[in-house]
Amino acid sequence: MELAPALQLHEVSKRYGARWALVRVSLRVRRGAALLLTGHNGSGKTTLLRVLATAVRPSSGRVEILGLDAALEPEQVRAQVGLLSHANYVYEDLSGLENLLVLARLLGESASRASEALERLGLSLKDDRPVRTYSAGMRRRLALARLFLKQPPVALLDEPFVELDPTGVSELEARIRELRAAGTTLILATHHIEQGLQLCTDRLHLEQGRSIAA
Amino acid sequence: MRRPGLLASTWVLFQKDLLLEWRSRARVNALVFFSLATLLLFSFALGPDTALLRRNAGGYLWLALLLASVLALGESFRVERENSTLEGLRLVPVNARAIFLAKAVANAVLLAGLGVLLVPVLVALLDVRIVLPWGQLLGLIGLGCLAIAAPGTLYGAIASHARARDVLLPLLLFPILIPALVAAAKGTALVFEGDPMGQFPSWVALLTSFDLIYWGLGVLLFPRVVEE
Amino acid sequence: MSKSVRIGFVLFAVALLVSGAWIGLAWAPPDREMGHVQRIMYMHVPAAWMALLAATLNFGTCVSYLWKASWKKDAFAEATAEVGLCFGTIAILLGAIWGRPTWGVYWAWDPRLTTMAILLVAYAGYLALRRFVDDPDRRAVWSAVVGIIVAVDVPVVYFSVKWWKSLHQVQSTPKTVDPQMVIALRWNAFAFLAVLIVFLVARYRIALAARMRETTVPDASPGAREVVAS
Repeated sequence: MELAPALQLHEVSKRYGARWALVRVSLRVRRGAALLLTGHNGSGKTTLLRVLATAVRPSSGRVEILGLDAALEPEQVRAQVGLLSHANYVYEDLSGLENLLVLARLLGESASRASEALERLGLSLKDDRPVRTYSAGMRRRLALARLFLKQPPVALLDEPFVELDPTGVSELEARIRELRAAGTTLILATHHIEQGLQLCTDRLHLEQGRSIAA
Repeated sequence: MRRPGLLASTWVLFQKDLLLEWRSRARVNALVFFSLATLLLFSFALGPDTALLRRNAGGYLWLALLLASVLALGESFRVERENSTLEGLRLVPVNARAIFLAKAVANAVLLAGLGVLLVPVLVALLDVRIVLPWGQLLGLIGLGCLAIAAPGTLYGAIASHARARDVLLPLLLFPILIPALVAAAKGTALVFEGDPMGQFPSWVALLTSFDLIYWGLGVLLFPRVVEE
Repeated sequence: MSKSVRIGFVLFAVALLVSGAWIGLAWAPPDREMGHVQRIMYMHVPAAWMALLAATLNFGTCVSYLWKASWKKDAFAEATAEVGLCFGTIAILLGAIWGRPTWGVYWAWDPRLTTMAILLVAYAGYLALRRFVDDPDRRAVWSAVVGIIVAVDVPVVYFSVKWWKSLHQVQSTPKTVDPQMVIALRWNAFAFLAVLIVFLVARYRIALAARMRETTVPDASPGAREVVAS
């Protein structure tokens, strides 16, 4: 029997007040694939990723991740999905390692896994400065460290290249390749289309909440 | 390793909340001085008849704690709003009830600490005596701060996402807390002045019922408040 | 509910109110102890009852909303809170007007009075919350939560104030015994019920219209094509 696709959206719409951010989007992504998500600001990329991450519930339509229905089993779905969003989900007053340790304990992972993830992303274990002092690049690396700590089968990256210098960009590209090599299903939303096309196998373009295959 | 259950997650998050409070201890210090200033305000506004001030000392303590709680609760959620960390926790996934329990207990601990600190100030400033056993006073402070923390955490989560959050939180919270305020203030007054008619247990009973009801409601309703 | 039915009911309510006023002011006998001042009770008591009825309806609607969401329930919750607040304010004001000549004071820490006052402030907070949240979905969920908490608090407040007051002397409210007074009270209670219904329906329709306006669907042209990423 064929495995369920990694991600499946069926006629998903999302309304915020009077504004429709997504209008009847349908999508199917095979396991291990990498989808490039493009569109202008406000076209619904972030909303789409947030719906997939179950951060928000759609106003209508069905969301399935690895065969699990997001409406019926949100907690199980969340365990399978990692979201790298504009907000990096870290506490400004804690250090990078402390943030990762909290996450590790909540995931049931050991403290050494947290240190591992930190070092893998090039952050120092000895650095106990609060995240408040971090540069944009370091914050991005910390957010990625969270993702690597969780090791979800599905990774959703929302414009991860913003505010990164060229070194940071190439480092991030390497990490994304690592994720793909590990078999992670990927959706990458970005304006950096050149990088995106190199890293991804397919593309979905959104305009005003509607999907337009490129 | 297996994912932690409700209590284990609560413990992890509780430690995280305490650590955050410790990291921003300059702010906690400011909170202490704010409460002291409040007590001074009451003394000046309602003094200088020391006998009258002493009789009302119980009320002043809880008013000061209530005012400080608004600041503490507001800060507790401002921290979570900064990088959408509340959402980050939900997506781990962490049981929303664990988030509520951890934060509410952490807030209660902070407020209780503040309350205990203010007692010697009251003794010095208003010449109160501790007539009933110390343990009863500490227990009362604990129960009262638990009473503030549960609806406070629930409303703090709501207010932090609304406009005019600074005024909305106290507006929502204060009417609800009046029974707890009455019980705590009256109980404290008995601690300071003696309890010839044995009324202390009834006030404790009222406060305890309040706590049970509101912690129950908090655990029940908090997930609805934070889901999107 | 068609327009003619609504207008008919409004006229019915007005008729009840006017006749109730006459019954209360002229037909019913003056109180043996308090005289004509007691007649305020024919408005004060029904107003208080309607406020409590509205609060109960609000509680039920909030619980129902959390069970299964619907804009109608949210609109009705908004209506009951606002109309209940108005009736409660009327009750307290009339009570104060009655209190001055009777007790000598505008206010007393009577358990019922105090509970009503706290309830009004609590519902004012509920309405403030609704005003300060822009997203209709979250506004509906959060107000339902707050509505439930407020309603649960009402009996707690009542008992705590009763306890609090029992340490001091309690003013007892006079009981109406004369059968004519009972009739006058009941008639006015029904009149107030009719008025409550009129205002609830009107406010509900306004709130529902606002909800619909906030959540209109754009002209849906489905430009979606299913994309299969390989």
